[in-house]
Amino acid sequence: MIKQYETVFIATPVLSDAQMKEAVAKYVSLIKDNGGEVVYEEDWGLKQLAYPIQHKTSGFYYLIEFKADPQFVATLETQYHRDERIIRFITVALDKNAVAYAEKRRANKAAKEAAKAEAPAEAPAAEVEPEAKED
Amino acid sequence: MAQTNEQNGEIRYLNPPAVEVRKKKYCRFKKAGIKYVDYKDPEFLKKFLNEQGKILPRRITGTSLKFQRKVAQAIKRARSLALLPYVTDLLK
Repeated sequence: MIKQYETVFIATPVLSDAQMKEAVAKYVSLIKDNGGEVVYEEDWGLKQLAYPIQHKTSGFYYLIEFKADPQFVATLETQYHRDERIIRFITVALDKNAVAYAEKRRANKAAKEAAKAEAPAEAPAAEVEPEAKED
Repeated sequence: MAQTNEQNGEIRYLNPPAVEVRKKKYCRFKKAGIKYVDYKDPEFLKKFLNEQGKILPRRITGTSLKFQRKVAQAIKRARSLALLPYVTDLLK
């Protein structure tokens, strides 16, 4: 049985960009190696924590949405527990409303990013549009 | 004069009686058709917290029971992810 999950973890702020990428790659490959499928990834970047965790006041947040077997969640969480770079994590099963919400959230985010990308480069975007209409 | 008033079924007051017209509370989730409460959105969840970061009761926010449970769950998840504080002063 395959269920959809989403997991957010907080990595220590002492990591460099490369180390953070490596940590993310580790969990993405862990999901893939266990027959899971990564639906979506989102980097929230360095954020201030609402209260100190392990004497740290900030952390790198990272969100991964994935589809996997329910038994895999335990494996993932053991890996989180063993990883000293991870200071906090949460894994949540998504029901059908949550999946719909996640898709909407993703679409909103994509639209926002598209608008942001379009604003500085408006001229080339206008050129592309008529071509798309002909198709 | 007093007799005519009584016949009309009216009672006259010297001062107009203060009638408190209370706005009916409603569940914002039912009204807006929201089905999922996201724990990743602390700004939204702050509407359901008081200044100390405590969860407000339903009798104040007007949330229906079904969604109060979901809001509470979402707030607790957000707290564990340090998106919201467990205790604080002067939130907002």
